[in-house]
Amino acid sequence: MNKQIIIDGEVVTYRPGQTLIQAARESGIYIPHLCYQPGYHAIGSCRVCMVKVNGRWASACTTLAAEGQVIDNRTLEVDAHRKQIVQMLFVEGNHYCPYCEKSGECDLQATAYELNMQEDHFQHLYPHRSLDTSHAEVWLDRDRCILCGLCVQASAEQDNKHLFTLGGRGTATQLLVNSSSGQLGETNISAADEAVAVCPVGALMKKQSIYSRRSGERTYDKTPISKLEFKA
Amino acid sequence: MTEQGNRKKVVIDPVTRVEGHGKVTLLLNEEDRLVEARLHIVEFRGFEKFIEGRPYWEVPMIVQRLCGICPVSHHLAAGKAVDQLVGVRQLTPTAELLRRLLHYGQVLQSHATHFFHLASPDLLFGFTSDAARRNILQVIQDKAEIARDGILLRKFGQQIIEKISGKRIHGIAAIPGGMNSPLQIADRDLLLGQCDEMIRRAEKSVLLAATLYQQNLDYHQQFAAIDSKFAGLVAPSGALELYEGSIRVKDEHGGLLFDGLNPQSYYDYISEEVRSWSYMKFPYLTSLGAELGWYRVGPLARINLCDYISTPLAEVARQQFVKLHNGVAQPPLAFHWARMIELLHCAEMIKSTLELPTIVGRDLRVEGELCSEGIGVIEAPRGLLFHHYQIDDEGLITKANLIVSTTHNNQAMNNSVKVAAEQCVEGKALTEGALNQIEVAIRAYDPCLSCATHAVGNMPLEVRLVDCQGTLLDSTIKSAY
Repeated sequence: MNKQIIIDGEVVTYRPGQTLIQAARESGIYIPHLCYQPGYHAIGSCRVCMVKVNGRWASACTTLAAEGQVIDNRTLEVDAHRKQIVQMLFVEGNHYCPYCEKSGECDLQATAYELNMQEDHFQHLYPHRSLDTSHAEVWLDRDRCILCGLCVQASAEQDNKHLFTLGGRGTATQLLVNSSSGQLGETNISAADEAVAVCPVGALMKKQSIYSRRSGERTYDKTPISKLEFKA
Repeated sequence: MTEQGNRKKVVIDPVTRVEGHGKVTLLLNEEDRLVEARLHIVEFRGFEKFIEGRPYWEVPMIVQRLCGICPVSHHLAAGKAVDQLVGVRQLTPTAELLRRLLHYGQVLQSHATHFFHLASPDLLFGFTSDAARRNILQVIQDKAEIARDGILLRKFGQQIIEKISGKRIHGIAAIPGGMNSPLQIADRDLLLGQCDEMIRRAEKSVLLAATLYQQNLDYHQQFAAIDSKFAGLVAPSGALELYEGSIRVKDEHGGLLFDGLNPQSYYDYISEEVRSWSYMKFPYLTSLGAELGWYRVGPLARINLCDYISTPLAEVARQQFVKLHNGVAQPPLAFHWARMIELLHCAEMIKSTLELPTIVGRDLRVEGELCSEGIGVIEAPRGLLFHHYQIDDEGLITKANLIVSTTHNNQAMNNSVKVAAEQCVEGKALTEGALNQIEVAIRAYDPCLSCATHAVGNMPLEVRLVDCQGTLLDSTIKSAY
């Protein structure tokens, strides 16, 4: 039997075992997120989906829906916190939207627009991160990686290749490639791999689809991310 | 500002550059006579350095951010270089036409911006007229039809860019070996429907530029006047060419110095001199040396260099221009007239290109084998533009060299600034009008130096006149926003 929670004043039904973000999605309610994707284990790492549950902060992708929950989602307070998290993601990496091939298709950029992020606010760290173009089909730009871990899961569980892991600590954490040289060129990754498709930013890109769509025709040029999830 | 031996230094700081700043230094002797004039480009952009290590396919997107007025020129020059990097020597007919159309739109809108928005207030109201009137808003108020021509021509050029690249500024068009999107038939028809009106407006613009120039002919011909060589692309037939051709060089009298030079080997005949006081290098023809080998590029050079223009209306305009100047034209202010002739040529070429069925073709890209080096050369609105890249085995940029139009004109601008200063800075009293005349001389070459603020009459300038003891004698300041 379906039960109910309240999100931003709206009654939302859920099935036992569902997380808040799953219940919200089924009811057409958008909770901003980056590291969560349907079909993947939620690890709650990016913190963009944080909501207030009965006045306490919780990540919507890892918190189970439960009777009596009253949730603040798109309130000014919650979105302000989310915006700061996205700003920190921007300054922690090197995200050059003006020329990035993923621009207009990038979940990080689209989420920033959704949260009305007008500037970076925090001081840029400008980390030195390496670029890997050694593979014929796929290239890796760690400048753009937000360490969501989705490619790690996808490569292990869907592609059955186990090509990636996250290594290092703190702000030095980076995406590592499972090969003797640490280069993609030595792996059997393919442009068709789910690990490439699931990347929400421009970290893992196909080499052959270079700037395939012009401005105005890209996914988020037409539809904001909050609406795209619920398009038929 | 400071004393150097027996010299005094007058500094105009800042003069704006391509989305940046420069300054002018005038060195005077004890008799307050001008000894030397220097145009310093004080901003360091660093594009050549920070694209190192990036993949080659990103380059056309990155380097177009060099400029907000002529990004398409950088985009296409880099795109041509990247074609070579991927081993493509010949694009598909549609891709080639789309790039040319994009370029015509770019040159048209840039020329319109420069002439109407930036230069016309000086030309219409006078170089030393009330500073409050020397802006595009006053042109709109006092000369509405002229302003309308400028605004609509610029809009048309931008519309072409938008229909091809998706945005009016900094769009996405050229990709390795071709173009990323076709021109839609509805967009072709929309643009084609405006062409006749735009050609009419362009004709009026040529007439306006010619009339303004000739109304005070003697003054305009001697203002900031220098004699120089000219360099630029021409078609194999000798026709005016903006996209692809060989390099021709003429001397001060219009004699042919070089012809048929391969742009791909520019480094064999062009060198660059570094001077300690400027971030901008001084290119020169290697065989003539730095002292004699400097030259000018841009509209004036192109009109001087070509044998004819392939479009009928612009060719008639060129012949009138050539007739007045009895061969090669040297006055910097003739740049404006030449610029409007090119604007008319672009309007005509846009129409004829849009009428070709191939322009809406769908075959946009070819592939080849990766090479280690690519050189793209194009005629940007302000002149010759070189993009030169080298990559490693993985396609990452290892070396980049860009020689932009403003750089080619560096020595010429310095010389013109000196002449303008000699003509307008008299004694120790500095006036706003005198300052503007120096800007007018710069502006004739490169609107990027004035684009930041002049359009609304607020170019940030400070000139200080200091005597031999370092005492401030006079100063004039114009504020930016």
